[in-house]
Amino acid sequence: MAGSKEIRTKIKSVENTRKITKAMEMVAASKMRKAQDRMRASRPYAEKIRNVAAHLSLAHSEYKHPFLLKRESVRNVGIIVVSSDKGLCGGLNTNVLRLSVNQMKTWEAEGKKISVSAIGNKGYSFMTRVGANVKSHITGLGDVPHLETLIGTIKVMLDAYTAGEIDQLYICYTRFINTMKQEPVMEQLLPLTSDHFGVVHVHEKTEPLSASGVIKSAVNIGTAKGHWDYIYEPEAKPVIDQLMVRYIESLVYNAVAENMASEQSSRMVAMKSASDNAKEVIGDLKLVYNKARQAAITKEISEIVGGAAAVA
Amino acid sequence: MANTVHIDVVSAEASIFSGEAEFVVAPASAGEVGIYPHHAPMITTIKAGTLRIKQTNEAEETLIFISGGILEVQPGIITVLADTAVRGYDLDEAKAIAAKEAAIEAMQNRTSNVDYAQAQAELSEALAQIQAIERLRKSAH
Repeated sequence: MAGSKEIRTKIKSVENTRKITKAMEMVAASKMRKAQDRMRASRPYAEKIRNVAAHLSLAHSEYKHPFLLKRESVRNVGIIVVSSDKGLCGGLNTNVLRLSVNQMKTWEAEGKKISVSAIGNKGYSFMTRVGANVKSHITGLGDVPHLETLIGTIKVMLDAYTAGEIDQLYICYTRFINTMKQEPVMEQLLPLTSDHFGVVHVHEKTEPLSASGVIKSAVNIGTAKGHWDYIYEPEAKPVIDQLMVRYIESLVYNAVAENMASEQSSRMVAMKSASDNAKEVIGDLKLVYNKARQAAITKEISEIVGGAAAVA
Repeated sequence: MANTVHIDVVSAEASIFSGEAEFVVAPASAGEVGIYPHHAPMITTIKAGTLRIKQTNEAEETLIFISGGILEVQPGIITVLADTAVRGYDLDEAKAIAAKEAAIEAMQNRTSNVDYAQAQAELSEALAQIQAIERLRKSAH
């Protein structure tokens, strides 16, 4: 009965692995639901602030915020990479990082300098390992994204933009489409382009609509018509400044919430396929084990019969 | 005709209130403002305080506490963008400085320029692994 003990141990170990992947699958499934709820909960704000920003771009204000102004030459680029803190979630982080690295490579070929801000442990450790210029990072976000924890990281990049250290700011994250499908996307945050606000505008490279929802129609409901401007209290500049910063923050927050939902569903799918796989492996091993056992029994019987025949 | 204005109160993490109002009082940073329907377009920052909303069919006003944010008024719609976190210039600044310091500290023990070759190698390796697993799974069927 050679090898049957080894097979038994192997079956045991695969069974244990399966238990773990199964448990992880269930945990991910329950977290996924919550993450999706949170993602949806963040949409109204994003939608509203987008509307307000759109109104503002229509208003005839004398003060134009730097975030709205396009710079003539782009020499320095900033990128916020959103990834997960933990692994075991299929190709989620790999895909996002590949997209950003490819883009970074193109930028570098164009002679642009790149600063990186990393949200999430995986992206951060990857970026430091490959030696990118990491300006700010935040890791250990947990399961619930809080705007409060993101403020510092975002502000570093916004300050860099205001100070002229970067001329464009992008964000790269995984967009949640449905439980089975998530895709890595790259979006421009700064300067804010008119297609951010759902204004019809033909672009060379039409970017997919940003995470903040696809609400265009709401922009014009109940708004003033004709030539108008807001009453600003206390003054235009501080109000617009604050609004713009909040707007960018809400976009980033949305990206993070979406990334978390993607992470959990991606993990659930990955763990499910791992569990299924383990089940198959167990089946195969059991077959081999039974065959070996049967062969051993047959051999034993034939030996006994042979022995008895020789004696008789 | 009911003379009302639509009001939405949202924060980054949740939608707080949405409905029709006859009259709204908000704690603007320059002092409390009362808004009736068809108010001129206005945009203002608000400070921590209570938002009071008088709804059509209710005798009692709805009270919502907000820690700050932005208020936008359009003739037919009012939007309150509430902050979830306690904010302030100094607080934000402190957070940014902390984030920056952590990054600088991390920069000190790292190698020179972006090693794209290494990055690509690592990524393609990871991808190859995933693909291999998928292929394995398919062939097992």
